[in-house]
Amino acid sequence: MRRVHGFHGGVHPPENKAQSLAAPIRPAGIPPQLILPLAQHIGAPAQPVVRVGQAVRGGELLAEADGFVSVPVHAPTSGTVSAIEDRPVPHPSGLPAPCIVIDTDGADAWAPPAPLPEAERADPTKLRERIQGAGIAGMGGAGFPTAVKLSPGPGKAIETLIINGTECEPYITADDTLMRERASELVAGTRILADLLTPREILIGIEDNKPEAIAAVRAAAGSDMEVVVFPTKYPSGGEKQLIEILLGKQVPSGGIPADIGVVCQNVGTAVAVHEAVALGRPLVSRVTTVTGEAVAHPGNYEVLLGTPMGWLLERAGVDPARARRLVMGGPMMGFSIPEPACPVVKTTNCLLVPTEAELPTPPPAQACIRCGLCAEACPATLLPQQLYWFAQGKEYDKLEGHNLFDCIECGACSYVCPSHIPLVQYYRASKAEIIARRREAEKADHARERFEARQARMERLAAEREAKRAERKKAAEAKAKAKAEAAASEGAGADGTQAAAAADPIQAAIERAKARKAALAAGASDEPADQVAKLAANVETIARRLAAAREKLDAYDGGEASVAEALKRGVEKTEEKLARAEAELREAREGASEEA
Amino acid sequence: MGWLADYPLAAAVLALVALGGVFGALLGFAAERFRTEGNPIVDQINAILPQTQCGQCGYPGCRPYAEAIAAGDAEINQCPPGGEAGIQALADLLDVEPKPLDAEHGEEAPVKSIAYIREDECIGCTKCIQACPVDAILGAAKQMHTVITSECTGCDLCVEPCPVDCIDMIPQAETLKTWHWPLPDPAAGRVEVIATDRLRDRAA
Repeated sequence: MRRVHGFHGGVHPPENKAQSLAAPIRPAGIPPQLILPLAQHIGAPAQPVVRVGQAVRGGELLAEADGFVSVPVHAPTSGTVSAIEDRPVPHPSGLPAPCIVIDTDGADAWAPPAPLPEAERADPTKLRERIQGAGIAGMGGAGFPTAVKLSPGPGKAIETLIINGTECEPYITADDTLMRERASELVAGTRILADLLTPREILIGIEDNKPEAIAAVRAAAGSDMEVVVFPTKYPSGGEKQLIEILLGKQVPSGGIPADIGVVCQNVGTAVAVHEAVALGRPLVSRVTTVTGEAVAHPGNYEVLLGTPMGWLLERAGVDPARARRLVMGGPMMGFSIPEPACPVVKTTNCLLVPTEAELPTPPPAQACIRCGLCAEACPATLLPQQLYWFAQGKEYDKLEGHNLFDCIECGACSYVCPSHIPLVQYYRASKAEIIARRREAEKADHARERFEARQARMERLAAEREAKRAERKKAAEAKAKAKAEAAASEGAGADGTQAAAAADPIQAAIERAKARKAALAAGASDEPADQVAKLAANVETIARRLAAAREKLDAYDGGEASVAEALKRGVEKTEEKLARAEAELREAREGASEEA
Repeated sequence: MGWLADYPLAAAVLALVALGGVFGALLGFAAERFRTEGNPIVDQINAILPQTQCGQCGYPGCRPYAEAIAAGDAEINQCPPGGEAGIQALADLLDVEPKPLDAEHGEEAPVKSIAYIREDECIGCTKCIQACPVDAILGAAKQMHTVITSECTGCDLCVEPCPVDCIDMIPQAETLKTWHWPLPDPAAGRVEVIATDRLRDRAA
């Protein structure tokens, strides 16, 4: 018999588990509409691969994983994708998030299941791909992608695989009934996980308040795994607490269980792994406890993911007049759901609908009296009241120095606090604030790098421009100097006008043209015969030009009307010119003959 | 050295002078050997500043402001994007009393904004690209410009140069990624152990 260790602190709240244990797991049925959030897990939201209006069958892929720390989403039943839009999701903020909405058709038609062939089960890569591809994320409540946990990385040998059947929160019995009714599937799933991790030992930890589950799992388990029973105490279901109970080892602060050679998986996750690998069925439903005094038929329901909570509560017979609020999760760690239209997701282990008498509104918080009960109750051996002071004073450095991030937010400190101080909320807020600040600091660093890079680029460009200008200036100076030298050497031989012409070529060209015109005019008045010849040549030139223009106009067909118009105008103008030139020629000839 | 015993005063003076010389040489060597380049306090101040490079402090960027603080030319309360938290951090670093934000330089925005170019109206003049201190605007002459939202620091510097006023500063909406639990309000009197009962609170 294994020696069971303990952990510091813990509390014993009333269990309230009997209400939901009266009946076996019941299927909740198919609601008219399913709302599937793209992020039901920790990590990057999945990317939709379906269109609005597309018909889908059960088990078909709706959205694919976006990266390593992400899992896909599958259709829980057949129907039509009616929208991909923001809908309220179960999150304490009450903010909407992108969801795929399916209008179910009630036929529950399924795509043919594709179990992983026996031959491929020996390949860890294929197994991990299948587990991720089936959309499995930790079903105990955190929703961390299971395949990531099953890839501890090189150099981290896993000694112990722990299957967590503790379920220490009051009211919740989803894992309890699952172990009672599906012990063989649980054992099969555990063996698949063990194939992947090759641990030295496999432990299934169950609290002693679940005798039937213990008996069922013991009967199903072989000699390769050990069912360990330990006394009931909250929060022994916390991953780090369970490891300490079973192994007597503590996970280092800021570390993960794989650092000490342990991987912990929830029983629901193990069953989901079995279904994904052996039956080829992706994660599309889960067992959810619906309980609380306002519920007429409390119990465990096999619920399709995406089922609106309101619809499920109606099936379970919730009396809205008595219901004070709707809590997802247990009374210790759960949070209020602002909107009953929120869907059941992969992490919804419990819907608690208490009456006011059952879970009364906490009285106003009083001042801390430094009684120290919270420090005694803290399972992470922190100093809750000290953290409370620092959180109030927003002394984030000190909070981190007092290991705020080892807080598992179990609520034991708030539970024992005689002043009813909502301690956990202070820690949650402070943690979030510290993370937000870290992110901001990273962003500022990034912005500084970009700014400095830009600055450097500007300087470089300015320097380059300056260098170019200096170069040009130098070249111009050299050229001017060379020219001056050349001019000086030429000027010795040539006369002044030549030097002047060289200095101003434009002026020289103008003068040349003037001289030519003058010579032409003088020639024209001198010899009429010459003029006739010149005019004849002119007529010929214009005639040639006209022929060319006509050809162009004929060749141009269609296209821009304005182009055709311009060509036509050109032809007409040339015709006019030709007529004028011919008239001039005639006149000149007549003049010449008269003279003759 | 026997004569020294006869003049204890001279011996003491000599010994002290010798000690002074040795330690002086040591300090001089250390000052040369371990000389720090630049002013480390400027880097520390610069690390606290939000790096928006917005110039609201009156200096052309975060680093010049950090240099001015280090030189004692500027107060620590001239940075609106850094806000109260930034002033507190600077006060802790420099061991001075924190002061309220100087209203002359602007107010701390409750929500961070980022620039958004109405792309239909953009004429592609590149003026905003030249103004952006962190190269967060993409585009070319006579081509539409757009802001790379993940790089935008919300400094506001691109809004002024735009000749057609097509740049808006849009406050960033709260998403599931940015939302976080608020600190319980002790003055509210009624706070939930489990969680905020938002709808009820709103109705009340």
